[in-house]
Amino acid sequence: MSSIPLKPAPQPLIVAAAAGRSLAIPSMNLRRRLTERAIEAVLLLAALVSVFTTLAIVAILVWESIAFFRTVPLLDFLTDTQWTPLFDDAHFGIIALLSGTLTTTIVALLVAIPLGTVLAIYLSEFAPFRVREVAKPFLEMLGGVPTIVYGYFALLFVTPLLQQIYPDLPGFNMLSAGLVMGIMIVPYVSSLSEDAMRAVPMNMREASYAMGATRLQTALFVVTPAALSGIASSYILGISRAVGETMVVAIAAGMQPNFSFNPVEPAATITAYIVQVALGDLPHGSLGYQTIFAAGLTLLLITLLFNIIGHILRKRFREAY
Amino acid sequence: MSTISTLALKPQAELKAQVNALNFYYGDFQALKGIDFPVEKNQVTALIGPSGCGKSTFLRCFNRMHDLYPNMRYEGEILLYPDGVNIVDRHVDPIEVRMRISMVFQKPNPFPKSIYENVAYGLRVRGLRNRALIDEKVEEALSAAALWNEVKDRLNDLAFNLSGGQQQRLCIARALATDPEILLFDEPTSALDPIATAKIEELVDELKEKVTILIVTHNMQQAARVSAYTAFMYIGELIEFDDTKKIFTNPSSKLTEEYITGRFG
Repeated sequence: MSSIPLKPAPQPLIVAAAAGRSLAIPSMNLRRRLTERAIEAVLLLAALVSVFTTLAIVAILVWESIAFFRTVPLLDFLTDTQWTPLFDDAHFGIIALLSGTLTTTIVALLVAIPLGTVLAIYLSEFAPFRVREVAKPFLEMLGGVPTIVYGYFALLFVTPLLQQIYPDLPGFNMLSAGLVMGIMIVPYVSSLSEDAMRAVPMNMREASYAMGATRLQTALFVVTPAALSGIASSYILGISRAVGETMVVAIAAGMQPNFSFNPVEPAATITAYIVQVALGDLPHGSLGYQTIFAAGLTLLLITLLFNIIGHILRKRFREAY
Repeated sequence: MSTISTLALKPQAELKAQVNALNFYYGDFQALKGIDFPVEKNQVTALIGPSGCGKSTFLRCFNRMHDLYPNMRYEGEILLYPDGVNIVDRHVDPIEVRMRISMVFQKPNPFPKSIYENVAYGLRVRGLRNRALIDEKVEEALSAAALWNEVKDRLNDLAFNLSGGQQQRLCIARALATDPEILLFDEPTSALDPIATAKIEELVDELKEKVTILIVTHNMQQAARVSAYTAFMYIGELIEFDDTKKIFTNPSSKLTEEYITGRFG
């Protein structure tokens, strides 16, 4: 057996067959083929697990939402401005939650996108090697901090700080939740954007410098446009993170549904509502129970929308260099 | 060496640059050793030599391209005339140098922008905003690079849609748009087919009317065809500099003769 080459080329195979070892080779082949097949099956199974999980989540969300929309008309869901599903006078206006999600997300992006982009440009184009080596792990650590820590950081540190400047700020508010969420997202934006910028070939930069461009001009007019598709992806990821973030907003922005786009007011986001309701003891199959799924479906559709936008942006701005 | 090099020029020759005792180091490694070298105005000077001889390194001293990378050091001088400024001096801003000396690279490297914006880039980084003037300069540069007729109807197309040869001529147009005093070519045809190569060579010959040219090439026939002077380099040293005809017919150095006859390299 040991004399048989591990990967017999056609030639040795014939030689071996002629030497009367024809049985050994096919059995080896058979075993190899079976192993190949088995590995292929395992890999396919692994891939299918994620596909089925996604499909199952969507199916359950849709199924329970259908039950919900049998009781609550879709029009009320979309146009009512109050969300009080657990009160006697129940209202099911998702925009009361959407406004919270939207406001905190926008505040977060106003922090994360400029800061993340500037940081990426600095790290990729300006930072000396040593600075980058130190700064990158720290940044990535920022992304590894549990979100509940960020939540209490917002509630117990950032809000009191903001209250010193603006004394009327309530203890729960979307502003500090959004700001802290923005800080939390910075590493995602900067790390992905930086990777995209560093992937721009050096000869592109050399061409720019050779034309007499400064570092800043090269970074802004050559490297950034060339890396645009990667940068856009990082923004989309940041948006998805902000929309789906739960802990920070649940802790720092309060859990009171409030149709308002004013960041200094308290409000609940879709995720904060879900976590709030999930903590209580709602009977299975009740209308209140079903609201979770309707809210969850809304959230899923929003993230799906952004993923599609991201996909289009990536295709549109993809650069071949 | 210096006196011999200068003697090779005709007595009435006007100097565009003079290299004196130029050393260049990558960290501890000395890549260029005491190079002396005249560059005649409005002529083509070719740099030949085997791979790793330092000819590209030498060329990239002229636009301070090495400054982009850490741990390097210049010694000696490259005087740029008429003002005689030493362009490898630490106190001279590399950006000022690159404003006067353009470069065309080995592989065509247009920006991921339109044809028009590629040529306009150098003007824009110089702060030019006048649209009419930029239009005029872009047309002038594209015409000078023999590309205008091929692209005039699609100036807003992405530069990547051009063929390799066209891209390289676009890079020449980009380098010309800012009216450089010296144009550096770093093996500009090594990635191109023979027809595209012939076009570039023709262009180099025409361009010397308005700009001084330094060209690094692996192709000895190319050096013989396009240049008035040829410098032969070997392991960081300038072995011989002379009239191109003399280098290729009757070189003074044994090493040069062996190289041009193909005995090594």
